[in-house]
Amino acid sequence: MSIGEYIRDSQIWKSIFRHPAPYDRRNRVVVMLTNFFLHLHPVSVKKQGIALSYTWCMGGITFFLFLVETVTGVLLMFYYRPTLEWAYNDILALRDVTTLGIMREIHRWAAHAMVITVWLHMYRVFLTGSYKPPREFNWVVGVLLLVLTLLLSFTGYLLPWDQLAIWAITVGSNMARATPFLGHEGPGAQILNLGGFDLITNASDARFILLGGRFVGENTLNRFYILHCVAIPLVVAGLIAIHFWRVRKDGGISQPL
Amino acid sequence: MDPHPDLTPEVIRGLGWLYLLLAAMNALWTWREVKRHVSAGSIAGWAVFTTLLFLVGVAHVTGGAEPEQFLIRMPEWFKSRVDQLAKPTTYFTGSLLLFVAVIWLREWLVKPTVAWVLLNLAVLFMCLSLTDYDFRQIVGKPDNVPIVSMLFIVGFFTWLYFRRAVDNDQRIAAGRPLFEQEDNDKILVWPDLVYTEMICMIALTAILVVWGVVLQAPLEDPASAVRTPNPSKAPWYFLGLQEMLVYYDPWMAGVVLPSIILVGLMALPYIDFNKKGNGYYTFNERKFSIITFLFGFIPLWIGLIILGTFLRGPNWNFFGIYEFWDVHKLENLNNVNLSELVWVDTLKQPLPVASAGASEWQKILAILLRESVGLVLVAVYLFVLPPLMAMTIFRRFFVRMGFLRYMVFANLVLFMACLPIKMVLRWAFRLKYIVAIPEWFFNI
Ligand code: HEM
Repeated sequence: MSIGEYIRDSQIWKSIFRHPAPYDRRNRVVVMLTNFFLHLHPVSVKKQGIALSYTWCMGGITFFLFLVETVTGVLLMFYYRPTLEWAYNDILALRDVTTLGIMREIHRWAAHAMVITVWLHMYRVFLTGSYKPPREFNWVVGVLLLVLTLLLSFTGYLLPWDQLAIWAITVGSNMARATPFLGHEGPGAQILNLGGFDLITNASDARFILLGGRFVGENTLNRFYILHCVAIPLVVAGLIAIHFWRVRKDGGISQPL
Repeated sequence: MDPHPDLTPEVIRGLGWLYLLLAAMNALWTWREVKRHVSAGSIAGWAVFTTLLFLVGVAHVTGGAEPEQFLIRMPEWFKSRVDQLAKPTTYFTGSLLLFVAVIWLREWLVKPTVAWVLLNLAVLFMCLSLTDYDFRQIVGKPDNVPIVSMLFIVGFFTWLYFRRAVDNDQRIAAGRPLFEQEDNDKILVWPDLVYTEMICMIALTAILVVWGVVLQAPLEDPASAVRTPNPSKAPWYFLGLQEMLVYYDPWMAGVVLPSIILVGLMALPYIDFNKKGNGYYTFNERKFSIITFLFGFIPLWIGLIILGTFLRGPNWNFFGIYEFWDVHKLENLNNVNLSELVWVDTLKQPLPVASAGASEWQKILAILLRESVGLVLVAVYLFVLPPLMAMTIFRRFFVRMGFLRYMVFANLVLFMACLPIKMVLRWAFRLKYIVAIPEWFFNI
């Protein structure tokens, strides 16, 4: 009996994997049905539906990059403190002294890559007409995922607290000041006043809510940190679950009728 | 200080590796040609080209030559010519022409040899350009490296799309089954899909680790609320929006137009009534939707990101790719509002203003009078054009879509068109605002 067979035959192994090795057709079906992770997939698919030149694998790559971001992000959270005193220094130390400081590089490059792959995924879905019935709603879920991916990247951009970070966020969030009705420099904001008292000022408008202040400061760092590490990832994870569920329920990856 | 320090030995060596990579790629290509038994002349041509690249690469990598005496570089006359031509106008017209050309010539472009020659040209252009200091400063920024690769990747996938679409369109015309319908049996997910996924994950992990080791993530000076960098740029994926700020005020460029983009994307499946082209690549069966989407994605979204990243320097001025980012570059910014063009230039009278002790209402009326022409134009654009188009160019759409669907569609198209329209107005008439009511933060 070889070592491999011995391990596969042990009680421990069998308690984890409830089926024989997927060497024959029957067990290749069973493995898909009994394994938690694999049951995301159907048992069998159309050959052209999973061809790389058809899907470009971009949805899958986006999902994988999301997982990479989660793992490297959690590791970074052990180290990084989102305060004016420490944020920059912690990133500096990640670069210069910390073992596994490369996590920051991977986290940043994978984030850029994820933005690009999510665009390409949308591009492919459009070009194969996969948003057409019955997949309209999954396209809408996808658009939400696209927005949230951009927001994840945007909120993360601030955390190193260097010049690049705060000015990019300043430029980006200055727009909120001009939101119609809700920004203090937006059209219509002047109408919203009670007896001569302005409701929308630079201390109560959309930008103030986003930044937690009149300019990008300590409150902003805290808000963006929580959005970046907790709030948005949770929503994204939930939407991805719905997205995948719908891919299956809408009949799998689109193919000509 | 000399703003254009020359090549360094490290740069030359780095370029050498790029040439070697290109030589290796062309060696594979030559091998492919040999396998395909093409004419001996063409095989010999590719072999000679590969050898040349290889020699150039080796010369770079081992080069003991003084950087100043290095010969293979972008000629100065070419650089200054490109920089002279570089303007927002030429950039945008150029990208539009390219867009039209790609669609027009698609059947020719999808040939592998054509694509391969174009890829070679693009990489050679990059290599030669990298001998320029100012080009290196911008393209070589760590955060910009993904954008350069995005250019190549988007180009590749667009090519792949056209290749499959042209193939399917020919099949449809000849009454043959689609590419996707041939050889399309059900297969088991284990092993076929599961293994593809695993290989994909391993490859990606490797790429990310190598990328992380080779390229350090940027970290600038600690944040300072008083030292504003010039230029101050949003994260790269929002640079298309920042570029729109040149033409529209923040409430339009930063809030309304992005919201419209998102609403438009979400509405898309409910607007497109064309049942064809679901689940396979095609161009001919859905020309209108493909052209519209490609126009929004390539020249307007990707194109403006490239513009904002590589061509906008201090004070958001436009710079050629080989130009030094001079903080003191002056640009003539004498743009005028439509109201001034109408009242001052055409009617030869001052802009209407309310007299000193005028009531609130009189002031409002004066403002509305001042901007009347612009307001009417905007109203015509938004409320008269849709029904007009429904009766003319979009007649077929209106009939198929019904009233509500058509109105949403028409407005989305008009909003998409409003950026290029404003660009052209700016370039042709130096037009600043069509409606300018700074009193209410309402400028269009
Ligand atoms: C975090 C972002 C996203 C993830 C992780 C994700 C993941 C996936 C995956 C794994 C698939 C299976 C097929 C494939 O890989 O191509 C898929 C399909 C699909 N996705 Fe996404 N996606 C995301 C964003 C989007 C976006 C932005 C859109 C569109 C705006 C979109 C629309 C769709 C549609 C309509 C399908 C069904 C395609 C078909 O049946 O051919 N998704 N997605």
